[in-house]
Amino acid sequence: MIRVVLPFHLRNLARVDGEVQLEVAAPVTIGKVLDALENKFPVLQGTIRDHGTLKRRPFVRYFASKEDLSLEPPETWLPTEVVSGQEPFLIIGAMAGG
Amino acid sequence: MSNIRVLVGTKKGAFILTADGRRQKWKVSGPHFAGWEIYHLKGSAADPNRIYASQSSGWFGQIIQRSDDGGKTWNTPGSSAEELKSEGGMPKGESNKFVYAGEAGTHKWYDGSQHPWEFKRVWHIEPSLTDPDTAYAGVEDAAIFKTTDGGKTWQELPGLRKAKGNLWQPGAGGMAVHTILLDPKNERRIYVAISAGGCFRTDDGGKTWKPITRGLKSLWELPDPDAEVGHCVHRIALHPSKPDVLFMQKHWDVLRTNNAGEQWNEVSGNLPTDFGFPIDVNFNEPETIYVVPITSDSLHYPPDGKLRVYRSKTGGGEWEPLTKGLPQKDCYVNVLRDAMAVDSLDKCGIYFGTTGGQVYCSANGGNSWNVIVHDLPAVYSVEVQTLP
Repeated sequence: MIRVVLPFHLRNLARVDGEVQLEVAAPVTIGKVLDALENKFPVLQGTIRDHGTLKRRPFVRYFASKEDLSLEPPETWLPTEVVSGQEPFLIIGAMAGG
Repeated sequence: MSNIRVLVGTKKGAFILTADGRRQKWKVSGPHFAGWEIYHLKGSAADPNRIYASQSSGWFGQIIQRSDDGGKTWNTPGSSAEELKSEGGMPKGESNKFVYAGEAGTHKWYDGSQHPWEFKRVWHIEPSLTDPDTAYAGVEDAAIFKTTDGGKTWQELPGLRKAKGNLWQPGAGGMAVHTILLDPKNERRIYVAISAGGCFRTDDGGKTWKPITRGLKSLWELPDPDAEVGHCVHRIALHPSKPDVLFMQKHWDVLRTNNAGEQWNEVSGNLPTDFGFPIDVNFNEPETIYVVPITSDSLHYPPDGKLRVYRSKTGGGEWEPLTKGLPQKDCYVNVLRDAMAVDSLDKCGIYFGTTGGQVYCSANGGNSWNVIVHDLPAVYSVEVQTLP
């Protein structure tokens, strides 16, 4: 199981408490986790990445195992700690200043 | 006795204010969608329990919400278990999918170059007058979309952007379709207004549109006196009994047309300043209109720190200040374009919200005002439902 931590507003939107758990076939990539997440919670479509291009929204960031994966391509394999369920895949609303 | 439901969109959520027809004691519900920007929410005239809301965020984009019970509960349209299956059996969540039709094209950018159209958010949702499942959405970058399935899917009416859209240019507040008026006597006629784009009308249900800006003067912003597009129209309003008469609050100037926009004439008259954002019409008096003068385009607060609504009972030209119950010193709030509305009771109620978080109500056509709630987040929009 892949563990995903959503930011506060997306947890509310998806009506979930705590982490989300997803089944993702190997190899586990950023794109496949996001596909599985949107498949399970269609209300999240368009909120993390653009509907058409599937590009990450500018103020959304991805982290795993203390690494910022936001700029990595969707085909990027996630670390073994995430694949094993030891660490979550984090989706975070970026700091916006002010 | 009738009841009143006021739908308030704010910078940090939606609020629903309810009272009976006396409009004295109010209940406040909210925040709904706490922490999200709610540009607009509006109920269907055909089914008052059907309310659409535009929820957005700089982080997570656009969401459409819908209530079928008068705002008690909300769902993104089409999100029930049965509805969340497309033909292929896969979940489908497209109520927030706003994709421009065909080639998105370009519009004028700040430096005069051409810039691709990019969807940002829904500013305004206008439900059909007759069908609860049909509604129009005015969006930034400026375009109009339509749903006929209760908000599950939205399709652009691309004819609007063919009305010289390549010449539209965003102002400081962006470039959005912020006003949509449906003609109650002609279902094929729709008006829209776009900041720094202009004012447009369709007579064929949205297939084709034409600019209706003759008579508008924007000398400092548009040196060409004959420019058809590019005028910064802040708001237009009509009375349902006389839909060919429109009133406009432009960036500067208050205007009216008696012929569905074919010719506009300035009616700023004795206003202390003719800059402002909202304009609305008394439900019982089609020639009684309201504006909130704002100091200038550089100073977005009322002149002299006095919050005054101005009323004209002559369809413009002659204006009187309405001050009773409104702060007359040290007031530096703004009233945004979508933040004024009227009810349809015998003594017409006028409502407006401020960027300081106050929502005011006058239960007597503007003669006096009471604050319903005074510490909300900045108010973006106010709509009113008069319920049986």
